[in-house]
Formats: sequence, structure tokens, C-alpha cells
Amino acid sequence: MFSSDQSCWFVRKVICWRAVASMAWSVLLLLPTTALFVLLSRFSLFHPILWMSECLSLLTSASAIFSFILLCGVVLMVGFFNLEYYTVVPSIACSKIALLGQVLHPRQFVHSLVHCIMGVVVAWCCAFTIGGRYRSLGHPCTQDESSSGPEMCLNEYHLVLLLAGAFIGYSHSLVGVVYNMNYVSFHTMQQYKYLRFKGALPLVVKASAVQALYCLRSFLLLYFFMGYAPRAWICKTLDLSINSSIHSLDSVSSLLDLSLLYHLWISGTFLLLTWYITVLLFRIFVTEVYSFPVQSTFTEDAHQCLPKVITGTQPMILKFLALQDLALLSQHSPSRRLEVFSLSQPGGHPHIWTALSKECLSLLSDLTERLVAHHDTVATNGRAKSQSTGSNKRSTTSSEGSVTSVGMEDMKTPRPSALIRTPGSVFLRSSVGAGLRTPLTTPFTPDLDSPFSSPALRRLTGPLEPQGALSPGFSSIQSPHVMRRGPKLWSASTDSQLNGSPPPSPGPAPSPSQAQLKPSFLVTFLQNRKDQLPEASSQALFADSQVHIWALQGLSHLVAASFSEDQYGIVQTTLPTILSTLLLLQEAVDRHFKLPHTSSKPGHCSCSMGDDSYKTLRFALRSTLKTAVYRITATFGGHLHAVQMSAEHRKRLQHFLEYKE
Amino acid sequence: MMCSLALFPPPLSGDGETSQYNESNTDPSVWFEDSPALNLYFPRESLKPHSRQESSSKSAFRDHCETLYTRSAGAWRDAGLSGLLNEIANSSAEVPKWLGVSSSCVLALLRWVSSFHSSLFPHLTLSSEEMTAEFSQVLDWSDCAVRGFAWHPHTQKCAVALSDDSIKIYNPKSATTPTLKHRLQRSVAALQWKPLCASALAVACHNCLLVWHVDPTSLSTRPSSGCAQVLSHPGHSPVTSVAWSPNGPLLVSASPRDTALLVWDVAVESCVPLHRVGGGGVTYLSWSPDGSRVLAATPSSLFRVWETRMWTCERWPSLKGRCQSGCWSPDGSRLLFTVQGETVIYALTFTDNPGVPLMMSGGPKAATVVADLSETTLNTPDGDIMVGGEIQSLAWDPRGERLAVHVKGDAGAGRPAMIAVFKTQISPAFKLLPCGFVQGEAGTEPRLMQFNPNYQHGAQLTVCWSNGKITHVPFCFMSAGNPQPGLGGSPSFPLTQGRPADYNNQTLYTELIS
Repeated sequence: MFSSDQSCWFVRKVICWRAVASMAWSVLLLLPTTALFVLLSRFSLFHPILWMSECLSLLTSASAIFSFILLCGVVLMVGFFNLEYYTVVPSIACSKIALLGQVLHPRQFVHSLVHCIMGVVVAWCCAFTIGGRYRSLGHPCTQDESSSGPEMCLNEYHLVLLLAGAFIGYSHSLVGVVYNMNYVSFHTMQQYKYLRFKGALPLVVKASAVQALYCLRSFLLLYFFMGYAPRAWICKTLDLSINSSIHSLDSVSSLLDLSLLYHLWISGTFLLLTWYITVLLFRIFVTEVYSFPVQSTFTEDAHQCLPKVITGTQPMILKFLALQDLALLSQHSPSRRLEVFSLSQPGGHPHIWTALSKECLSLLSDLTERLVAHHDTVATNGRAKSQSTGSNKRSTTSSEGSVTSVGMEDMKTPRPSALIRTPGSVFLRSSVGAGLRTPLTTPFTPDLDSPFSSPALRRLTGPLEPQGALSPGFSSIQSPHVMRRGPKLWSASTDSQLNGSPPPSPGPAPSPSQAQLKPSFLVTFLQNRKDQLPEASSQALFADSQVHIWALQGLSHLVAASFSEDQYGIVQTTLPTILSTLLLLQEAVDRHFKLPHTSSKPGHCSCSMGDDSYKTLRFALRSTLKTAVYRITATFGGHLHAVQMSAEHRKRLQHFLEYKE
Repeated sequence: MMCSLALFPPPLSGDGETSQYNESNTDPSVWFEDSPALNLYFPRESLKPHSRQESSSKSAFRDHCETLYTRSAGAWRDAGLSGLLNEIANSSAEVPKWLGVSSSCVLALLRWVSSFHSSLFPHLTLSSEEMTAEFSQVLDWSDCAVRGFAWHPHTQKCAVALSDDSIKIYNPKSATTPTLKHRLQRSVAALQWKPLCASALAVACHNCLLVWHVDPTSLSTRPSSGCAQVLSHPGHSPVTSVAWSPNGPLLVSASPRDTALLVWDVAVESCVPLHRVGGGGVTYLSWSPDGSRVLAATPSSLFRVWETRMWTCERWPSLKGRCQSGCWSPDGSRLLFTVQGETVIYALTFTDNPGVPLMMSGGPKAATVVADLSETTLNTPDGDIMVGGEIQSLAWDPRGERLAVHVKGDAGAGRPAMIAVFKTQISPAFKLLPCGFVQGEAGTEPRLMQFNPNYQHGAQLTVCWSNGKITHVPFCFMSAGNPQPGLGGSPSFPLTQGRPADYNNQTLYTELIS
């Protein structure tokens, strides 16, 4: 109840205003963009004066103002959808089915539909602006015979432009899912909004031009083969006739009309540019640093203070901004640090420091547990050996039920020797049915470099399930457990679709036979769709690691600053816990990076608005973690020998003190 | 204007390896406490520079006829639009006439525009190698056996870049000296270790940045090129300077051809270009030790000081020449810089207000001259010698007590390149006191210098000499408080007493108002 209250004030007071400001700027920027579009779309090399005067008269006409208002409406709509659909934790689909689930999700369906319609609206405005032969959908037929009076014919150019708008709008929505365009990432460097926008604008222009080109190519192919259908449908519904004297556009020769291609491309670029600018402005505004008060003199504002805000979970953006603020204040603001190190006035308790450090530490130990559990599952290939150690300490959502179930399973699960594999082969699926399956899958595997697969253990269990067939009773135990644990461990949001798709449960045959694997083509097909890109599991594991990075930065800077600024020695009491948490996490991260496929860096796709910074968060986390430990050891030096810790940690710390890590 | 060097004690006749006029003539073993001294020697003959002329390797292969399309695609990939046009214009036999003519015309137009551009910025006409040599902090970079040197900021470990494009890492505590080689590691202009990290070393190379991760516990002497991250950005070549943020994951890099300063997040290999109009490139970077500001020098008479909280910058135009070198005081409040073609050192003072745009934060309004190193004659027992001249680089020791000034000299005029060392005092007021000269063996000149950040007993200046030797000159002093006058027998007195009335237009040696 408290958190909902909290979310109310923050979303109402900050996020909404930021979104409104970003929309207002997008609308303002629509003016120059539209003017530029008018100039470029009516460009004529040989009549420059005529061109300019036509453009001017168009821009000042009343009908242009009407279409501009339409465009404003579209931009506001896009801005609203940005606000409604944005996320700070990317949803990483790890299998093709999961991705399909995302695309077909009702929410996404609404998104696609609305974008499709908005694409048509923008294309109509474009057609209107370009004028000439694109002007209207129907035009009086100009047959020579002119027998049957003013019959209206279909203007196919107009139709093509509208359809292209719809297509680009839909593909924008679709590509947005695949490339996580609704993911809002935070930058390491702080810059003023104007400078950030100025720096990103050339990239956005380039991205929209290139994206429009790709969309146009796909659209033309589609229209070439399927173009007759919408044409006939429009003709039928609107009672237009097709002008037989003009060639229809779905032929090679008429589609290669350069002027048509140029106008389609420039309209697509205009459409994408206005939308991308809206997205960009929204991202810039919403990720702007928000400075929370460290402590408040009034009790009614207490829920807006950093220690309270940072412990909340909803909305995510609030937690992110709070941790970002913590990281920044710990680095740059001595006066605010002093407040963190201060004691409460009556009582003399370091409430602020306790709250902040506790939250940071719980975030970090959460990540450690996640990593340990993941590693154990991969290393033991599903034999639930030491998973209980990983999950029974979970503080947030873990229920006793899951712990006990793990424990029971631990005892019950038979451990067939066939299951023992190296971690590498888990992903490669080199054995049993792989030979059969591979040729089947290859033709179906689309070339998507998006992360595929379901969250969490799903990507681990995917490979495991066929072995469930090998051992009677195994799958029945394994899968419900996995089902329960998946969403909890990795908190990826795409689980709902996957729980629906049952794991293949072949009959309890003791040995794998071709006959057994063959009958269910669908099963194997689904199975393969569920195969993970191995990297995606690692990405999903670190999907929200931006908070961990800030927690590490904030903690380490505060601890380092406490060496000289902490007058009451309150940080000293927490120092052993902090050090052991960091070292445990360091160990877990080191182990995680020894797994296959975790160290490979994904290629950057530069020409897309999708933000792929979540793919590299694990590297940022690794380096931040090391820097954080070094920051503490470099500040405290030999004094750390006086800190109580286990022998193993002391040894580890000694390595850091000698700069040998 | 008062000449500072006239008040220096004259150098001894240089018969010793290193003669310094200072507090200490301690024996080398004290330099590295219990570990052997890192006195390194790289004779130039032992280093074979790679003959990597592209033209020379081309001649070894037979001419192969490719189609125009393939060649054009290759030219587009290698050299962009101008390369493509050049290729088309050159193969007039294979293309339609109109295409050849039009591409020749466009090419001529491009060249005309670019010549206009390079008349604004003459450094753009230099080749990459010449550019690196011109803007490097190393004196006579192209002729130098040791092209770069970097102490690790936290531990006794150093990296040496040699003229054969390899980098060697020396650690007195370990027997292995890893040699780093990489296909892309060509013409190394600068290198720096990452602070708060044991292993990462950033190297400014010909057309990229390399960040090596050299595992300190590894026994391998040839780390594979898989240990290096390659950071490259279109148009960012040659890289002449790099600087790590002292407390964070950021790395800035500069190229004289690129007007943008690149700020890299090394772990995720992404960069943010910071474009500003004017200057025509960025040549030298120096991050203040407290991490709040970055000095960025440009090839024209302009430099910028960026503050690192919000990355806004302050322009310092209207110098006499380009900013050649600069260094920060340990608290980041004071910047000393030198200008090419002048023999004086300027100082800027910053009030500590990071986050506020510099223009509003009461930053300095004008730079003040703190020292003048113009030529002067000193009397020595062996006769008069000339000292002074243009300044190549500056180095301030991490405690802020010694300032080393690398004077270019002029061999033709009988003025050798040498290092003049000042004693400095930062608080309560900024003071410069003369200390002495550092000289090498007869016939050698210093090429590169850096203070060792981990020296316990004062300051230690590492100097790379023209004959390939690397020596370490210790300056022992009590680090706490003010330097004791006359501790080591050198005359130490303020060069002039600053007069409050004219402190900002006279030469300033003692700053009374900070």
C-alpha cells in the first residue's frame, strides 16, 4: 500500500511531466521536420524558384495546417505509447517461441494496430503534401470514350503510399519488439539534454533513412506479389473502378519508377524520423537525473527521501533513478554524503546509511544468488544438487514452498548418468536427438540476432527435457519445479506464454529410439524453437544489472569517502559485510564468465534505434565490481587487515591489495 | 620579463650518468626499496622497426585484374567517397565517359574544398606518422627508441612502448616481462594504465585504441591479441593521446584529425563523441587527478577544459600558438600549460565547483605567467652553457612538490634539450622555487619523462634518453607540509617576491591570492 502511494507521487509528479515535456518538444520539432520534408519532397532541380514559391505557399495554406495538426496528433499518440510501453529492464526473449509470444501478445497487438493506423495517417499527410499524382485516392477517369459520365477511378499511387505507411508503421512496431525499442537505458556519462539530443540527432536521421530503405524494399516485394488484393478490396468497398489505360503498379517496370521510389522513401524516412525523435526525446527526458532529498525535515515528505525511495520496487524507474542518484551523490556531492553519514537527531542512529547500505547489499547478494543458482544448474546440468544453497536464502520473493520442493526434489530425483555433461554441451545439444533435429531446424531458423528464448531456467531446461524422456519419472519432477522457479530467478517477463507450451513429454521409454523421437514433429519443432541462444541466458541474467552497477558505485564511493568524511565511524560497522558481499559477488561473476558464450561480445548494430546496451551490461558490471573492490582497498590499504573476515576472503583481498587480480 | 633559469644553479659538467642537483645522491637501490631497479636499456640497433610500408608489400604481388565493381567496392570501403571517385576517374577506359568525367569533376571539387579546409587547419596535410610525431609528448618521436612509458598508478610496474611497435611490461617483483604485440598496434603515441585496476593498459595506436588486459599472475610472455580490446571509431585516427578517468571506467581519446573528443565506456566498448566547433582536432588530453576536469588541446591556438560532471567545456582561445602540454596539480585546482613557440609556463586556477558550468563558477578569467624559461647563459667551471628554450612537456609529481619541465633546446645553437626541475608549493599559496637540472650522459638528450606515482620517499622522475636508456632520478624530501628550504643544499628562494599590486600582469612566482 505504501509503495503504490509512492509510485503515485513519482509517476504523477515526475515521470508524467517529463513525458509531457518530451512530447511538447517533439511537437515543436515537428515544424522544422515537416518544412524540410516539404522542401525535399517537392524538390525540382530545374525550377528552383518555382519550387521554393510552391513550397512556401503550401506551408502557409490552411489545408497544410490541417495535416500538420493531424501529424501533431500522431506524435502525441506515439509519445503516449512510449510512456505506456517503456521499460527499464529489457524483456529478453530467449527462444523463438517466446518472441512469437511477445509479438502476438494482446498488448503488443494493440501497439502494432495503432502504429499501423498512425502510419496510414502520416502517409496520407505525406501524400497530401507531395501533391500531384498522389493527391487523392480517386480521380475522375479520363478515358477517351467518356461515355458513362464522371466515373471515379482508383489512384494507385495514393494507395501505394498509404499502404507503405501502414507497412512501415507495423514494421516499426514489430522491429521495436525484436530490438527492444521500448527499453530505456541509462548512460554512464551525464550530459545536458540539449547536448545529448544534438549528439544523437545525426544517428537518428541516419537510422530512420536506412530503416526506411529496408522497409521499402520489403514493402515493394510484398506489394509486387500481393498488391492486387488491397487494390481490389479498396475498389470494391469504395466503388472505384480501375483505370485500364494506366498500368497497374505491381509490375516491375512501374515499381522501378524513380520518382515513386524517392517519394516512398522520403515519406518513410519522414514518418520514422518523427517517431524516432519522439522516442529519443522521451528517453532523454525520462532518464534525466532526479535528485532526491537525502533526508527531509517534514514527515509528510519522508516518503520522497532517498532511503525510502530506494527500497521500493514499484515503479522500476523510481528505483533506477534513486540508485543513479545515489551513485552520483556518492561521487560528486560532499555535502549530500555528509547527510548520509549523519546520525538521526534523537537517538543517534545512522538510519540513512543503514537503509542505503542494506538495500545495496541485498541487491548485490540477490545477484550473487542468481549467478550461483544459474551456474549450479548449468554445471550440474540440471541435477538439482546444490540449488538449495542458492535459493533458500533469497530474500525477496522466495517462498518456503519452493525451497522445500527443491529439497525434496534433491532427494527424489534420480541421477541418470546420461545426464552428466559438460557445461558446453548443454547448449550445443550434441547428443541424442540432435542429429535428427539439426537438419530440421536449420531451414526454419530465422536470422534474428535478437535474444531468443524464455527466461531463466527455461533456457536451461530446454536442452534437458529430452533427457527427461530417458529417465522415467524425471521430467515429471523436474518440470514443475522448473516452471515455478523460472520467473522467480530471472524475472523475465515473457514467461506467461511459455508456461502454456508444454514441455514435450514423450512416453516413458527407457532408451531413446528413433521411433520415439520421430512421431512428434511438432514437438521437436517447438523444442527447437525453445532452444536458447546461449548468450541470451547470460543477457537475461544481467538484464537489470544497471541497478547493481549503481549500487556498487554508490557503495564503494561512500566507503572510500568515509575514510575521511565519516565522523562517527558508522561505515566501519558495515565494512566487513560490504567486503564479503563484494568478494562473494566477485567470485560468482568470475565463475559465470568461465561459462561458455558469456565472454563473447555481441556485435553492435549501429543503424537502429533499438538500444542494445543491455547486451553488454554484464561486462560493465564485471569491470565496475573490480573497480569497486580496488577503490576500497586503495583507500583503506593496510587498515583492511584489521577487518574481520574469513580466511578465504582475506586471501582474496590480499590479491587486491597487491594488485594481482 | 624575468628569466627563471638564470636563478638556477648551473649544471655540473656532465660526466656522470645522471647529474642532478638535488637533495639526494642516493644510490639506485633505494629507488625501488627491496626490488631491483628498473634501469632499462633499449639500444636502437636492437629494435628493428617494421617496414610496414603498404606500397612495399604491394610490389611483391602480381597485379591482379579485378572488375571495376570489386575495385570500387574496395575503394569505398577503404577510403570512402573520395576513394570511390578516384577509382572511377582512374579507370576511364572501363566506365562510360560521362561517369568518368563527372566523377573527376566531383573529385576536383572535393579536393578544392578539402584544400580550403586544410588551409584553415594546416596540420591536416600531414601524414599520420608525421602527425603523431608532431603532437606526441615525446621529443623527436619518430627517431626515438622508447616511444612511450607509463607507470602503473598503484603498484611498481611500468609499460614501455618501443619503436618496433611492441610494448614490454616490467614488474620488479616478477620474472616475466610480457611483450605485447598486436596487428593493429602501430606507431604507439601514448599509453596509460587504468587506475583502480591491476591489468588494463590503454594504448593509443595508429588508427585505433587498444586496451590490453595483462593478467599480472599470468606467466605468459606473449599475451595473445585476444587479451586486447580494440576500440575504433570512424575518422578517429591517428590517436595521439589517451587519458583514463582517475576514479571511473571512462577513457578519453583524441585524434588531431577528429574534431570530436571521444569518451569511451571501455567495458562495453561504446563511445560518446563530444563535438565542438573550432580547433580542427584534439591533440593532447590530461585528466585532472581529482577527476573533475579534462584538458583538451587542439592543433590551433585554442584549448578546452571540460568538466566531467555534465561534460560542458570552457574555451581558451587566442593563444600565441597551440597548447603543447599541460599538467594538473594533485588537487585538480590548478592547471599549468605551455604554448608552442613560447618559453613560458602559464597557470590557470579553478575554483572547485564541479557541476556548475565553468563560465559561471568563477573560473579564471585569464592565464597568468608563472615561469619563463627563455635562453640564458649559466657559468659553470667548464665554461658558459646555454640553457632554456621552448617547452616540450610538463610533469608534476603526484604530491605536488616537484615540477619537471622538459625544455626542447636547440642542438644547432648549442642549447641541449634538458629537464629543469622546480620545487612547487600549492597551499597556502602557489609558489615556484628553482631546484636544478637533470642531465644525461654526454651526447644524450631526454626524450620523455614521467613521475613515478608510487615512490615513498619523495618524488622520482623517470627519464627516457635518446640513446634508449631509461633512468630514474629520485628527489627525496619530507612530503608533509612545506618543503624545507635548503634541505639538500640547493639554493631555494622565491625567484621574486610577488608584488600584490601587479601580480597579474607581471611574472608571477608567488601567488598571493588564489
